[in-house]
Amino acid sequence: MDDSGLTAVSALTDGVRRAAYREVISAGGVPVGRDEVAAALGVGRTLAAHHLDKLVDAGLLEVTYARRTGRSGPGAGRPAKLYRVAAAEHEVSVPPRAYRTAAELLAEAVERTGADVALFDAARAHGRAAPSAASAASAASAAEVLAAHGYLPHEEDGRIELRNCPFHRLAGQFPPLICGMNLAIVEGLLEGHGLDAAWEARMDAAPGRCCVTLSNSKNKSD
Amino acid sequence: MTGYHLAHFNAARLRAPLDDPAIAGFVAGLGPINALADRSPGLVWRLAEGPAGDATTVRPAEPDVIVTLSVWESLEALRAFTYQSEHLDYLRQRRDWFVPLGYRASLVLWWIPAGTLPTPEEGVARLRALGANGPSPDAFTFRAPFPAPTDAGPSPLPLHA
Repeated sequence: MDDSGLTAVSALTDGVRRAAYREVISAGGVPVGRDEVAAALGVGRTLAAHHLDKLVDAGLLEVTYARRTGRSGPGAGRPAKLYRVAAAEHEVSVPPRAYRTAAELLAEAVERTGADVALFDAARAHGRAAPSAASAASAASAAEVLAAHGYLPHEEDGRIELRNCPFHRLAGQFPPLICGMNLAIVEGLLEGHGLDAAWEARMDAAPGRCCVTLSNSKNKSD
Repeated sequence: MTGYHLAHFNAARLRAPLDDPAIAGFVAGLGPINALADRSPGLVWRLAEGPAGDATTVRPAEPDVIVTLSVWESLEALRAFTYQSEHLDYLRQRRDWFVPLGYRASLVLWWIPAGTLPTPEEGVARLRALGANGPSPDAFTFRAPFPAPTDAGPSPLPLHA
């Protein structure tokens, strides 16, 4: 059994380190510096840097360097060390269970038999029925509902981008099938929370984020 | 830059003839999607036979199976067009227009020496080879890709159809 998943997860047992990891995750794909993490956590820069580097060692984060202010050339200063979520996925199941393999085999079978429509129907029904922590509040926003389902929504100017794809690896292997399934889930979530009049989800594929984006229908008709 | 380009062949069995209203959505997308391919970075060539320039008249496999055949500079360029553009939404709707092919694969990729062109008949043979033997350097998929041959290495094996 490959223990890399366990190593990665055990790096998160420290509460401060876990909070640091959450802080980087919540930035989506945007790299963040140790000062921002230190400020958000209310800890010193040195401690923040220590935990961030431990997360890099565990394969959970990766390091990039960039000048923060957009300045370049002489006087722009040294590039800052920044952290972002590593592309690698970590999966832990004790004892071992191979759900990923099962998902790949099922996707393969759906593709061969052309059962895409049945999958999309099931996905939409799943979205409609999905309870979420956000729905406890009487009027959860679309972003709250999507956040509760792991999408890392980023709302700006009446548009929501989803900076995490919950099906990233599978979507990379079976794009039309899994992205279509994902769109149906998002549509179902909107319907289930009574948000489908205000928000419209559509396939909007681009590198580096979920293939679905949402637009505010009211904004659109303005 | 290697001396090889990536050939791409896809086959799809029509649910109804091209003039049937049931697949009007597919037909309506042909022009825009082909135009998108034509302006996509890395496209070297695509089969554009027939009056509409969309190759739908080319039927090398079976009468109800239409094909696409194209050549790209790299796997990444083809992947970007196929899965990271408006083309993905078109693909998502494929079951409204196509029934399962009945082969084990509908898409096949292989490397060709730059400057040469593949034929639809070759595409059919590669697709059948992929279905029979699984992915190999002669016939592979996005999910199980093979790198381009290096010019120093042996030339690609002849394909036995």
